[in-house]
Amino acid sequence: MTAVATTAPPRPAAAARRKLRPAPLEYGRRTWLRAVMVVSFIFLYAPIVTLIAFSFNNSKRNVTWEGFTLDYYVKALNNTALHDTLINSMIVAFWSTLASTIIGSLLGVALQRFRFPLKGPYEGLIHLPIVIPEVCMAAAMLVFFAKFVGIPFGLFTITASHIAFSFPFVAVVVRSRMAGFDESLEEASRDLGANPWQTFFNVTLPYMMPGVVAGALLAFTLSLDDFLITFFVSGPSSTTFPVKIYSMVRQSVTPEVNAASTMLILVTLTVTAIGMWFQSRSGKKSVGHG
Amino acid sequence: MDKRKSIISIQHVSKRFGGSVTAVDDAHLEIEEGEFFALLGPSGCGKTTLLRMLAGFELPSEGQIMIDGQPMEGVEPDKRPVNMVFQSYAVFPHMSVERNVGYGLRVTGVGADETKRRVAEALALVKMEKFADRMPNQLSGGQRQRVALARALVKRPKVLLLDEPLSALDAKLREAMQLELVRLQQSVGITFVIVTHDQDEALSMANRIAVMEAGKVRQIAPPAELYEFPNSRFVADFIGKMNLFEGRVSGASGNQIVVDAKGLGRIAVPFSGSAQGDVGIAVRPEKIRLDRSEPGNDRIRLRGRVTEVAYYGDESAVFLEDSGGISVNVNVPNEARSTTPAFAIGDELWLSWNPADTLVLTA
Amino acid sequence: MRDWRKEKGAFAVFSLPGTFWIILFFTLPLLIVWVYSFCARGPQGQIIYDFSFDNYLRALEPIHLKIIGKSLGIAAVSTAICLLVGFPMAMGIAFAPPKWKNPLLVLVALPFFTNQLVRTYAWIAILRTNGYLNQALGGAYDGLVNALGLSDTLVSYSPPDMLYNQWAVIIGIVYVNLPFLVLPLYATLERLDKSYLEASLDLGASQQKTFLLVLVPLALPGIVSGTLLTFILAVGSFLQPKLLGGPDSEMIGTLIERQYKESRDMPFGSALSFLLLYSTFILLWLRSALAQRSKGADFA
Repeated sequence: MTAVATTAPPRPAAAARRKLRPAPLEYGRRTWLRAVMVVSFIFLYAPIVTLIAFSFNNSKRNVTWEGFTLDYYVKALNNTALHDTLINSMIVAFWSTLASTIIGSLLGVALQRFRFPLKGPYEGLIHLPIVIPEVCMAAAMLVFFAKFVGIPFGLFTITASHIAFSFPFVAVVVRSRMAGFDESLEEASRDLGANPWQTFFNVTLPYMMPGVVAGALLAFTLSLDDFLITFFVSGPSSTTFPVKIYSMVRQSVTPEVNAASTMLILVTLTVTAIGMWFQSRSGKKSVGHG
Repeated sequence: MDKRKSIISIQHVSKRFGGSVTAVDDAHLEIEEGEFFALLGPSGCGKTTLLRMLAGFELPSEGQIMIDGQPMEGVEPDKRPVNMVFQSYAVFPHMSVERNVGYGLRVTGVGADETKRRVAEALALVKMEKFADRMPNQLSGGQRQRVALARALVKRPKVLLLDEPLSALDAKLREAMQLELVRLQQSVGITFVIVTHDQDEALSMANRIAVMEAGKVRQIAPPAELYEFPNSRFVADFIGKMNLFEGRVSGASGNQIVVDAKGLGRIAVPFSGSAQGDVGIAVRPEKIRLDRSEPGNDRIRLRGRVTEVAYYGDESAVFLEDSGGISVNVNVPNEARSTTPAFAIGDELWLSWNPADTLVLTA
Repeated sequence: MRDWRKEKGAFAVFSLPGTFWIILFFTLPLLIVWVYSFCARGPQGQIIYDFSFDNYLRALEPIHLKIIGKSLGIAAVSTAICLLVGFPMAMGIAFAPPKWKNPLLVLVALPFFTNQLVRTYAWIAILRTNGYLNQALGGAYDGLVNALGLSDTLVSYSPPDMLYNQWAVIIGIVYVNLPFLVLPLYATLERLDKSYLEASLDLGASQQKTFLLVLVPLALPGIVSGTLLTFILAVGSFLQPKLLGGPDSEMIGTLIERQYKESRDMPFGSALSFLLLYSTFILLWLRSALAQRSKGADFA
């Protein structure tokens, strides 16, 4: 019995490299699905794109395209009312982000780390601002400040409300980050002589940081973009950027409004992009931390 | 040997992914009707890809596949006369055992009465009749596998494909299922093609095995032939254990070649093919005999000292080193009922074997 | 996880700020609204603490019931359209070549990060009488008519009213909530073991049968969960009915806003708010109950 040779008869010469049909489960390569995706993405982006495009329209009524201009951006940037509301938005976003990040990060750690009575209902309460219909929360904040506390609407009322609905988001983000934390790192730190505070600052906090940053960026975006709650608790002299855009829209949709909106979009997208870039970077870094 | 009808013809099939990864490289083989055929190889060798191409879930980049004389180009998986048992079994979690097994009949328009009858038959075949109304999450892994088998067999395919059927089972169950799969195949009489990385499985179950490495088919042969007459270092090493001595051919006469092998000196080995230049001289561990006194020179022999003994109950693996540092491993059956080992570490022994048991590896 | 009693100090530091804020600036306000919902409104708009269910009963009057019904109806239609549009999108991403998945997900999520107000009012310019859509349709119509030489016989394009009605509101709600449905749907489909689909095909079922008999049942928990969430969000919409809607499309959100801003009828607004809140809770409870049930049959 000879060993079976496996030399095959000679290969057909130069088998042509043909483009393969999609395999049975490669739905992503089928024409009809691709067509649906393209149409869907057009649907998703066309409104934003047209809005941005028509912010450059050289026409006050902004119905048909009448030429490219940056005039309305200049107008928007020189609009003192808009200017002031932008400053307001930034001030509110800054303080809201600062407070939400601190409160939310601490809470995120607490939820991940500690067992305590009534933890279930407490978690439900913390998640409420995330799932509650915005109009309900807006009404609650209005009633609270106007009737109960009796202070006038202003930057304080806006900021306090923003913090209330932002810090739960930060808590969720930080908590999920902490879920991957190896607690024996803290034990090692204590074993080597560090006290709890040193351990927190030198071991826990560095690990938390990507979650904290992601939460902060989220809080910033939520505050900057918020409309309804701010609308309810802002006063005539203390509106924010989105609220001002709303009143402009109620009058007419001029290129100036579009320009202002485009600038708002740019800011939030930039912040989001930074956040995503940061997250992907820290994703690679934390592999080394193990 | 009378040639049985070829049921699967794989003709110069290659599969490339993403332009750079070649998963299957010019596979060319025939599988005969009624045989139990195994695709064997280490992970990543392309065996699963080849199986999936038979089922229709991957499309060959080059080449053609014919099943029962019909070309399979453009034939979707649901239209092929083959059925597959998936590695994860893929038993539908939202259907009972009976609905699972009848699924393939219902969706192809088989009537309710006939479906019921055939499902009962299939369940009896795998001894799962009592579980007809259970849901998959109430079954063990082995039971789910039987359901997957019944579900495929009820369709009466021409070929049954099995992807690593025993890898998820524990050792005892695995042994039992090996025998049962062979019994099943013989009673149903259809062609089975299994994919496995476990050589023991392939050797004990298959009529013929195709050994694959890095996309290429290295050797196709019945188990004994693969074991005793491997055609390459890879196959010799992958199937069973071996001891390898590198050497150079220094001469040939009749049906013998003369090789200068490291550690063995100049030896004459029966070999009917042609060989020149560098060759591998190999011998299986169970073919080597250990003696304290010098064996006759009709055997190939060398001296070594015992470095380790691993006891396995029915046999022991003895590891020796020769003066040149070459390591040899020998299987010694524990014939005498004794608690004192036959060989101790440090013993100086003679190793020898019949030249006819030598493997000459040219590839 | 440690017991809080073992590290009381640390626990206090980590949890007290959050607890303080949620109690003072969330729970307390809600409680006040709840109390107000049982009060009455005085002639000068002040609150009369006269416990009664009047406001709730008033909310169930036909005129208001109509609005509640309309909200549910609009939300239901919007959610259904989201599902119709979002499911193919989620499928397309889940079954796309691996290197396309992340870019596609980012593309779907990106609009979600832009301001909802901006995304909503963008539709005004598109849907109004001389908006982009009508311009495009009118231009195409006129072009076709002229090409066929029928400009004398057929009337010129009369733009339909696409804005300031419930359909504009629906389009707006679909537009704003689509990412909320696509992303969880994608997650569900991504987790699905593809060998179930392959097994179904292998056994002879066509692609369509495989979709209906295997893919949909196994993805159902995720589909239901995402749909309920989208519905909850849609019911509470404010900007879409306010900016895009007309007399036929008042929703609960705008009704509540009117009570607080124009009508200055806080007790009634509070009752409405809480009705919305109760329904939200019920739907959320339903969602988690269904999620718990499907956990029993482990599909992943």
